[in-house]
Amino acid sequence: MAGSIPASASAEAPAPVATAARAPARPFSPWRDAWRRFRRHRAAVVSLFILAAMIGAILLAPLIWRVAINDIDFSAHLEGPSWAHPLGTDDLGQDVLARMLYGGRISLAVGLAAMMVAMVVGTIVGAVAGMSRGWVGPALMWLTDLFLSLPQLPLLLLVIYLFRDTLKAMFGVEGGVFILVVVVIGGLRWMPVARLVRAQFLSLREREFVEAARALGASKLRQVVRHILPNALGPVIVAGTIDVAAAIIAESTLSFLGLGFPPDVPTWGRILYDAKDYLDIAPHWALFPGAAIFLTVLSINFIGDGLRDALDPRKVM
Amino acid sequence: MQGNGNAAPLLEIRGLKTQFATDDGMVRAVDGVDLAIGRGETVGVVGESGCGKTVTAMSVLKLIAMPPGRIVEGRILWRGRDLVPLPADAMDEVRAKEIAMVFQEPMTSLNPVYTVGEQIAEVVRRHEGLSRQAALEKAVHMLRLVQVSNPERRAHDYPHQFSGGMRQRVMIAMALSCDPKLLIADEPTTALDVTIQAQILELLTEMKSRFGMAIMLITHAMGVVAETAQRVVVMYAGKVIEEAPVERLFANPRHPYTQGLIRSIPQIDKAAIAKTRLEAIPGVVPSLINPPPGCRFAPRCRYAMAICREAVPPLREVEPGHKVACVL
Amino acid sequence: MDAKAPATAEPLLRVEGLTKNFVIGGGLFSRAPDVVHAVDNVSFTIGHAETLGLVGESGSGKSTTGRCVLRLIEPTSGKILFQNIDVVRLNSGALRSLRRDIQIIFQDPFASLNPRMTVGSIIGEALTIHDLARTRREFSERVVELLETVGLQADHMRRYPHEFSGGQRQRIGIARALAVEPKLIICDEPVSALDVSIQAQVINLLEDLQQKFGLAYLFIAHDLSVVEHISRRVAVMYLGRIVEIASARDLYASPRHPYTEALLSAVPVTDPGKRRQRIVLQGEVPSPMNPPTGCHFHTRCPIRKLPLCSEVVPELKQTSSGHMVACHLRS
Repeated sequence: MAGSIPASASAEAPAPVATAARAPARPFSPWRDAWRRFRRHRAAVVSLFILAAMIGAILLAPLIWRVAINDIDFSAHLEGPSWAHPLGTDDLGQDVLARMLYGGRISLAVGLAAMMVAMVVGTIVGAVAGMSRGWVGPALMWLTDLFLSLPQLPLLLLVIYLFRDTLKAMFGVEGGVFILVVVVIGGLRWMPVARLVRAQFLSLREREFVEAARALGASKLRQVVRHILPNALGPVIVAGTIDVAAAIIAESTLSFLGLGFPPDVPTWGRILYDAKDYLDIAPHWALFPGAAIFLTVLSINFIGDGLRDALDPRKVM
Repeated sequence: MQGNGNAAPLLEIRGLKTQFATDDGMVRAVDGVDLAIGRGETVGVVGESGCGKTVTAMSVLKLIAMPPGRIVEGRILWRGRDLVPLPADAMDEVRAKEIAMVFQEPMTSLNPVYTVGEQIAEVVRRHEGLSRQAALEKAVHMLRLVQVSNPERRAHDYPHQFSGGMRQRVMIAMALSCDPKLLIADEPTTALDVTIQAQILELLTEMKSRFGMAIMLITHAMGVVAETAQRVVVMYAGKVIEEAPVERLFANPRHPYTQGLIRSIPQIDKAAIAKTRLEAIPGVVPSLINPPPGCRFAPRCRYAMAICREAVPPLREVEPGHKVACVL
Repeated sequence: MDAKAPATAEPLLRVEGLTKNFVIGGGLFSRAPDVVHAVDNVSFTIGHAETLGLVGESGSGKSTTGRCVLRLIEPTSGKILFQNIDVVRLNSGALRSLRRDIQIIFQDPFASLNPRMTVGSIIGEALTIHDLARTRREFSERVVELLETVGLQADHMRRYPHEFSGGQRQRIGIARALAVEPKLIICDEPVSALDVSIQAQVINLLEDLQQKFGLAYLFIAHDLSVVEHISRRVAVMYLGRIVEIASARDLYASPRHPYTEALLSAVPVTDPGKRRQRIVLQGEVPSPMNPPTGCHFHTRCPIRKLPLCSEVVPELKQTSSGHMVACHLRS
């Protein structure tokens, strides 16, 4: 019956009552509240452990597992998992586990760095666009739309082709490629963040607590940094986790295409590239890095899911 | 029209307990409420936010979302029939046709993508089985009744084209379209301007005398109740703490909460002439998750004694028709 | 209940001809934009430590007026003289200092506090902005002082807004406004969203603070009983214009403007014995985008006289000492 069923009858009743209680003993910050809600998302918590374990392994295991990554040993050629080589060896007899641990560091570093680039650029663009009242906002959004319509992969390839050598000369081989890959991936992923941040700013800047800050004499910068940003970051953080996953995949793709890091650097994507011709004889070689990429990306996505529930603005405010 | 007297009450709520499961525990929103409404009677249910008046009304029509809410105990007798165990389809028959409800926020109660004529017609078609054309005509008739000017044209307008007061009239038209015996009005004028509120209250009184229906008027505004109700039920923290005919309640409120409530309202006639300090009730409404044993109002009551904190005082009749839940 | 105002004082605030228009729509390819005349040539004064009530229904422009006084919204035209300085002409630096003299309390206790800041930071933010506390210790002490002044406790400093009830949050908002020791506080419907018994607590608090600190209030509300109670003088607004200004007592005892009469009679009175004849206005409040010509109220006025009332805008004229009305027939 139109009109007789309200949206959430029960939501009205308990709310005013629960908050009328005496303030509880411990400070009950919104962050703790968010953590509590995150904990309820089982897949997210499990993923958090998995990811933590992987990161821990990648950072600490090389201290235990001291096999070199480029110990060429033709006698141990394409061997399956064994006690000496838990993940097997590749065609040059190099230990896959050691190479994966090394490559993991790069893959994760690239993922995180690219995400940071995307977030920072996107937040700045979005914030400026969201706070401006004149032509600046629409102009920035037009720019964002422009970037969004650029074809990502061809552009990626083009930029790499053009700038790889210059950067290699300036920062050394690994450093140069790292910067290139991070900037390119991050530089093509900031647009959704900018849109999101702008939308958040547009709605938040009209809120009464921001108006109150203005009434107190807060400068625009203060309003943004102290009031608007902390409340805007929820959805941005969630988008950020997805960005890490996407960046790792992008880097893996680049390496797989032979366009990322130089051939002797064993990023996961590179290992896959090397292993692709030996799938029938030595499947373990491709299986492990593939599984690692899959597991990392899946965990990050689940964590992002959990974060979205935890930081849901409807519940926090 | 006076109260029930000898006739059986239309609606009788006995010992209703409705609870909600939340993160922090079980909220006992309605904790043992007895209420009766006779034929053609206007009963005002007053209380502040969190006292359970809205939840009581929603429980009558079973509009509470069933998780996390639940009617754990009690009977709701509508013309002798208990509504609590009634299955959904039987309940649908009761809604709108026998008991109708008008809500506080007309903006969110009307569907924005249908015209108001269609929405009223939908109700009529559902419960009276009229054809599309006939239902629309009835909708126009109802709009005219609630004094919407130009009803034939306005029936084709969308809710956003109406002002707040007009939307509330549409809600009332929708509620009355199937000739219900009881109208539950949950804060129908709170979101409206004072002059529009006056119009709507007049309209309700007029509709009541035309249709002869009973009204359960839920509000936190004592003034509205004083002007419109015949009998008043005062609720606090999920329980009924006082009940009396309206003149008796305002002339001689017996419960300390009612007294405090009446005294904390600025009276416009006195406010302007002889300014006195408002008497505020100290403290806040208690949590309904683990309510204190004993009288719920005791922590804020100036007359509280040891016995008040031990057991909940029962609702007893101190004068004919005047019940109080207080040891005093 | 206000402290004694200086006898021959210049008023603290003098507003003259304040006008605010909002432009809606328009742009490169659409038709001419709509103009909402939210505030239309409004003038009033507030004395030191005095409370002026500003009452009106939705669309009356009272909230916009309040916000224009502290330039939270930029006025379109008019003069706002605070201690004889025109607020409208201040540059941003001077405006910032003005923030120490005029403050505001908001209506919605839930939306007016930043949910991610602790109560202590919220209250003390002004101290940081205006450099009023030199050490951390001074800061904490001042915040505790403010908390206690509004009836809260020191350990509430570290808590977050969502842990408090509506009434307590409103107190936090009041403490925030008091931090700069203002002379005038714009109260924008400060009790409308609160329960009746909490309303009384907050109203009493506001009165006590006025006594203690000699604050002046511009008390904006739609509830006439509350406004009458707290104000010394009351201004009634309808659709952007002031239709009547008088002392609270005179406004109640002898209202002159027909809108004021209707407003007074519409207020529900908590005495069932006094069910008197209500003046029920016909029709809806016109849209501020398309206000009626001449006197804005003429479309609903029970005593209107055409064509005068629909063609000529009535001016605010004095009828008796301190009592001004804008009506052709009643002034």
